Amino acid sequence: MDKSVSLSTHAHTGALAVSVAELGKSNLPWRRAAQKIAFAFLWLMGTLAVAALLAVIGYVVFQGFKVINIEFLTRPPRGGLSGEGGISTTIVTTVYLVLLTVGIAAPLGICAAIYLVEYAGEMQGRTGLLPRLVEVARFGVETLAGVPSIIFGLFGYALFVTAMHLGFSLISAALAGACLILPVIIRATEEALRAVPRSYREASLALGTTQWQTVWGVVLPAALPGIITSIILSVGRVISETAVFYVTLGGSYKMPTSIFSSGRTLALHVYYLAMDTRAFDKAMGTGAILIVAIVLINLTINYLSHRVRAKLGGK
Amino acid sequence: MQLPVKLEVRNYHLFYGNFRALKDVTICIPRNQITAIIGPSGCGKSTFLRTFNRMNELIPGVRVQGQVLMDGQDIFAMDPVELRQRVGMVFQRPNPFPKSIYDNVAYGPRAHGIRDRRRLDEIVERSLRDAALWDEVKDDLNKSALALSGGQQQRLCIARALAVQPEVILMDEPASALDPIATLRIEELIQTLKQRYTIVIVTHNMQQAARASDFTAFFMMDEQRAGLLVEYGPTRDLFTRPSDKRTEDYITGRFG
Repeated sequence: MDKSVSLSTHAHTGALAVSVAELGKSNLPWRRAAQKIAFAFLWLMGTLAVAALLAVIGYVVFQGFKVINIEFLTRPPRGGLSGEGGISTTIVTTVYLVLLTVGIAAPLGICAAIYLVEYAGEMQGRTGLLPRLVEVARFGVETLAGVPSIIFGLFGYALFVTAMHLGFSLISAALAGACLILPVIIRATEEALRAVPRSYREASLALGTTQWQTVWGVVLPAALPGIITSIILSVGRVISETAVFYVTLGGSYKMPTSIFSSGRTLALHVYYLAMDTRAFDKAMGTGAILIVAIVLINLTINYLSHRVRAKLGGK
Repeated sequence: MQLPVKLEVRNYHLFYGNFRALKDVTICIPRNQITAIIGPSGCGKSTFLRTFNRMNELIPGVRVQGQVLMDGQDIFAMDPVELRQRVGMVFQRPNPFPKSIYDNVAYGPRAHGIRDRRRLDEIVERSLRDAALWDEVKDDLNKSALALSGGQQQRLCIARALAVQPEVILMDEPASALDPIATLRIEELIQTLKQRYTIVIVTHNMQQAARASDFTAFFMMDEQRAGLLVEYGPTRDLFTRPSDKRTEDYITGRFG
């Protein structure tokens, strides 16, 4: 009995010693080679992806800047088939529409997200009418975020343009656009709120503050960078949106005079120029301006979040 | 030796859903003394500590049974917001707000309605002095609290708790995330605070309980994993001649 046990132990250590030697030498060159191949492949794919993006941006900006000059930026489009004139009114319309849309959606979305995270969070798993409604609201937000934008356009056309008699106007477009970006703002704000550590909330509540004081005094300031990012993102979304505004804003190239004026955003103008006129170069120019605007927005987000992080980190 | 009682717990049970986390705890915590709660991990020490400021209620599905009195008043009949002003808490990991040192300490008083700048300055200075942090930070009160070291952050959290003038301070392993020197400073600080506050401190460090407390309560789990109070008494007695075999086993390091 004893003998066989000691024998098998020996055999075991022996086998182990051999396998260690094998591990050390035999397949190391192959593993090194596999790593090299994998990294080379990933590098190639990464480079291709970046090159494709740069090609798009570079082409549009290069083509576009051939027609961009002060006149192009400060003159209104002349209308008609030739596509003559500048883009001044479309810039103004875009700014108005962004302000109006975000002005409607941001307060709604931020407040809804605060409610869903800070107050309705306790209702999970409970029964009754209100928890059920909260559940439906959450599901609705998730779903709306994935709905194609033209559907929001159709809805806006049916409700705001037609049923509410607001016509093709800035206000109709802004309301429809607000529906489009509402899920974006709600979800990003929810994420920002959830990212606030539980320990901050506990620390505040343990000092004898009410839940609202905790939300206002600690949670919101900590979530502010994320909330601001969500707003800037939605600004970008409005600037680049076409489908919703195609069926709600009308398309007039004139300077809007009130919220009931029809109008044309930069992105829509690109569409009209490309489809209805011969001025393809002007479409490129307008597109270049759009790209520059989006790049500026992204840079702003980066700068802000960087600065806030540095500040919170105590530097 | 009869000490005045600050907190009294009678036949207290706590449930997470159907799970009983604390079973039939009865204990009297004396005023202006340091009471340490020790016991193995998962025995419900922190849960028990959070009873006194009703923080457990923030967790969905928690249910309690029994009585908890502060100065003879039922704490479950009080407004939890008011209770938490009277019963402050320091957490395991330093958790200063991402605000300036000044704003961290002034946060509580401001929330309780103090707006006068001079009054706030006074409170901030006094709280930081009481937390033995004033000399280190007096020149940069506007610096972010997150730039302080871990030990300083924890003392800032103590100052923040002191600023709302509580009667009781609960400490949930306040030094477990700190190095030995910072730990010692916190322990010294706790000694000076007991003159004015009743202190209940959870610790997994038995030397700390033996060094820094007047009374010690030993908690343990039963077979159903429910926490129960095994033994409670003056710290010296509990550590030198424990009356329960399980206490003796724990403090001599035979389990836990």
